[in-house]
Amino acid sequence: MLNLKSVGAEPTGPSTDPAEGLLNPAETFESVSAKIGGIVLERKHPPFWWISFGIAFLLLMGLLYGITILFAYGVGIWGINIPVAWGFAIVNFVWWIGIGHAGTLISAILLLLLQKWRNSINRLAEAMTLFAVGCAGMFPLLHLGRPWAFYWILPYPNTMGLWPQFRSALVWDVFAVGTYFTVSLLFWYTGLVPDLSTMRDRAKTRFSQIIFGILSLGWRGSAIHWKNYQTVYLILAGLSTPLVLSVHSVVSFDFSTAIVPGWHTTIFPPYFVAGAVYSGFAMVLNILIPVRYFYRLDELVTPRHLNCMANVMLTTGLMVVYGYIMETFTSWYSGDIFEQYQVINRTIGPYGPIYWALILFNVLIPQLLWSKRIRTNPVSLFLVALSVNLGMWLERFVIVIVSLHRDFLPSSWGIFAPTGWDWLILSGSLGLFCSLIFLFIRFLPLISIFEVREIIASRTEGAA
Amino acid sequence: MTSTTAPLYGLTARFDSEEKLVEAARVIFAEGYRRIDALSPYPIEGLAEIIGQRRSAAPLIMLIGGIIGAVTGYGMELYAMGYFYPLNIGGRPLNSWPLFIPITFELAVLFSALAGMVALLVLNRLPCLYHPLFSVPDFQRASTDQFFLCVEAVDPAFKRDHVRELFERLNATAITEVRTG
Repeated sequence: MLNLKSVGAEPTGPSTDPAEGLLNPAETFESVSAKIGGIVLERKHPPFWWISFGIAFLLLMGLLYGITILFAYGVGIWGINIPVAWGFAIVNFVWWIGIGHAGTLISAILLLLLQKWRNSINRLAEAMTLFAVGCAGMFPLLHLGRPWAFYWILPYPNTMGLWPQFRSALVWDVFAVGTYFTVSLLFWYTGLVPDLSTMRDRAKTRFSQIIFGILSLGWRGSAIHWKNYQTVYLILAGLSTPLVLSVHSVVSFDFSTAIVPGWHTTIFPPYFVAGAVYSGFAMVLNILIPVRYFYRLDELVTPRHLNCMANVMLTTGLMVVYGYIMETFTSWYSGDIFEQYQVINRTIGPYGPIYWALILFNVLIPQLLWSKRIRTNPVSLFLVALSVNLGMWLERFVIVIVSLHRDFLPSSWGIFAPTGWDWLILSGSLGLFCSLIFLFIRFLPLISIFEVREIIASRTEGAA
Repeated sequence: MTSTTAPLYGLTARFDSEEKLVEAARVIFAEGYRRIDALSPYPIEGLAEIIGQRRSAAPLIMLIGGIIGAVTGYGMELYAMGYFYPLNIGGRPLNSWPLFIPITFELAVLFSALAGMVALLVLNRLPCLYHPLFSVPDFQRASTDQFFLCVEAVDPAFKRDHVRELFERLNATAITEVRTG
């Protein structure tokens, strides 16, 4: 056994070690494997798991009920009509896909930037990405009047002799989201393989040995395997970086290529991407903080991790604020009366209170993150992250619905009010997301074990 | 089940630290052995090069995958929009290339990532659910905190006693003869 205890505990004055504070110095290879693997293998799940999973599962059942009724009666059960034909389904789609941006950002961009703190949180964030993109992908299909014909948007040989219109941003969306989901899945599974072999070797029952044995593909940690693995993983990270920026840009084209006031603006792609990362980090924190507390992972997910994530949230939040300011400025500067009216209507029109709630949750409350006490305190950080998630949902609401409800001619003005089915399906998608997250925590290692080992190994080398 | 009469797969040594494994790999390679494998619970910088592995072919495979994806994406769009069913959309040219870029890009990334996954499996010869090394005592700790070095018997230079002697000199914790059965 390596004697890591004495090595890590030595005070060395102000340290420039990038791994400082990322791990309790007393952790060893064995203790880390036991701690992370034990969550899955030892079946000791706190009441937290059962209660949360139970609630999430009930909401999921609500979703299935809502979808059944939706398919039976059509989209008329929602509050949508002309002019607001894009309702909660699109709001939820944009919101979920934004949440799905943090995982790839953490695993790819922070890998390329050599940010070691990503190592303990990337796995959970990647899983979150997959599930969020899954939730997002469901909504455009539900939104279709004839969901059974959804595959017409795919290029496939058909007897109708039809192709999708490749000049349409809606078709780009299918390719962007489809590619993003597939690449995220590959990235996540590739990262899991070495840890699955750890699980295989630590599993006590025959059943879990066989399951983890098959899933780990027979990984044995050979130097040649590691070399190919790291090469592929690095290139995947390099590919995912422009990919993650492209996905929400393409989503924003769905809006910005239209002439609707409030949509037709060039700030949309960067503004959507910044908002996506903002809400994604908020969701990572909303999941990680309770999980860290109930599974006693404070030694692996330290205040420094929370601080780093809060910093990313603060930064992207400020970019989003810049987006709000520019949006307002551009509509005034354009001299276009419809654009100018759009801003007045957004702030003091029928949906005015929603806009001011969005400013409160998304702009004002997150400014608390300037304080280090707030950033490193799990409870306050959790609450700020919750506020950001809520604020980002309201932002999508303002973009989609408030822009649509005042058409160019007053004769085409309308008001959208969500029905119970809208709320049932929104809460149901949260149920689906949380159910998947809790099943993931239950059945797969939620922190990348081998990457934490690398931190331990680098610390040993640094001290030797 | 391992039987003593099955042909020899190789000789493995277990080490309790990264440094010992790297040192052992260096010595064994210098002694002229080429069919070597080093197994560790996390990637060790430069270890593959020490045991004679040259550059990985994965980047080339992924590049080719990416090019095929880009050509497929653009070709599909141009064929469908320009030749198969030409439609005048807002007066744009039939080959309206700026509008074809997003899908070209997405398919390049998609094909490249899929090629990377295939490259990883093929180059590593995975899935391989059974391997003779799995019968080595304590091998399950290679995925937690132990380091193994294996010299395969197919190596033309393989001499069992010489390898064993080297392993002993290199402070191996345990030495095992692995059979293929």
